[in-house]
Amino acid sequence: MIAIIDYGMGNLHSVSKAVERLGYEVRVTAEPQEILEADGAILPGVGAFGDAMQNLGNTGLDEVTRFYADSGKPLLGICLGMQLLFSKGEEHGDNAGLDLLPGEVIRFRGDYKVPHMGWNRLTFRQESPLFNGLTEGHVYFVHSYHARVANPADLLATTDYYQDVTAIVGRGQVFGMQFHPEKSGELGMRLLDNFLALTGSPQVAQR
Amino acid sequence: MLAKRIIPCLDVKDGRVVKGVNFVNLRDAGDPVELAATYDVEGADELVFLDISASHEGRATMVDVVQRTAGEITIPFTVGGGIGHVDDMKRLLRAGADKIGINTAAIRSPQLVSEGARKFGSQCIVVAIDAKYNSEWGEWEVYTHGGRNATGIRALAWAKEVEKLGAGEILLTSMDADGTKDGFDIGLTKAVSSTLSIPVIASGGAGRIEHFAEVFEEGQADAGLAATIFHYKELTIRQVKDDLLQKGVEVR
Repeated sequence: MIAIIDYGMGNLHSVSKAVERLGYEVRVTAEPQEILEADGAILPGVGAFGDAMQNLGNTGLDEVTRFYADSGKPLLGICLGMQLLFSKGEEHGDNAGLDLLPGEVIRFRGDYKVPHMGWNRLTFRQESPLFNGLTEGHVYFVHSYHARVANPADLLATTDYYQDVTAIVGRGQVFGMQFHPEKSGELGMRLLDNFLALTGSPQVAQR
Repeated sequence: MLAKRIIPCLDVKDGRVVKGVNFVNLRDAGDPVELAATYDVEGADELVFLDISASHEGRATMVDVVQRTAGEITIPFTVGGGIGHVDDMKRLLRAGADKIGINTAAIRSPQLVSEGARKFGSQCIVVAIDAKYNSEWGEWEVYTHGGRNATGIRALAWAKEVEKLGAGEILLTSMDADGTKDGFDIGLTKAVSSTLSIPVIASGGAGRIEHFAEVFEEGQADAGLAATIFHYKELTIRQVKDDLLQKGVEVR
């Protein structure tokens, strides 16, 4: 069973539908026990870093998420969810993140359009089981802040938006995708599928 | 770099896609979820659903359409039409829409833009602007109610205003070009896009393949929206993208 962590922010419906379509049992939940029992967990997120950390704190789900990551079972942060994995973010003031990945989240600054919204091409930076059987292609981004990893070994893929932008990160079994894999066509679904394969969760159906 | 986006638009009435010109002689053109799935497979980068239901029941049906669509397609989609309150936005976003579009309601209550942006994030808020050239002013004027009512508001100023209020994207329809198939309105698109720091979707006038490259290169649009040419299969998305690739425009 795959748990989608519900802390009140995020496009839970789309993510859970995508996981379901890939043939896994999925539960959108805020229950610590349910989350900790899952074979794999996904931290979604749409909105502001500060608000998200506040919600995670109020619900106690920040501790649950850290605990989950410590257990060594695969965890995937999507969009804002990926950003929350880092040490800190500067949206609406300096906010501490979950600190599962060393690094920070900063705003896009420059003479170009923000948010970075649309389809952009991935460049794989390292080998990863997430890339099994895949070739680089476009995925769908929509974000005004981006992450900077402190440890280059954690940077799995980037995209180009007036600079190298962190697109996929991974440290142990903790992964993050800045784009929305559930909104990124075939390539997005395959990336999500490769993550789910790491969980060892039994597939109940395949559409 | 960021690819330019091709976005088909579907008019939905009471849960069915309809085809017609200027909302008269509407014909049933199929199930929105099925058509959405087809466009997804054909390479559309995003979809826009415009709800033109007049009734309350029609609007409620839209929520069901959104939910089923979100479960079927793997690309982002925007829902617009008749959204007047933050609650409407919440309902549609929760049902699975990625962005919501507002037009007349934003003009009536601009705080709807800022409220929506604050609650759901700017990236969810698309403000649709219908504009027509006003020769007296020497610039474009905003129209509402399907392009029928002149507002007396200057389009460029309004676009800048909604950007400040928190809109994440502008869907810019040229009332001069719409329905002509003579090409997008390059002047209008360029004027708005070059002024703003948020993406602009050009809409209205697409008729031939070359119109897309034109609106991206000269018009500086970030995305191109079309309904008729795709619905009536006059052009396919693949044909448009191949042409763009040939001309050096980045597409997915």
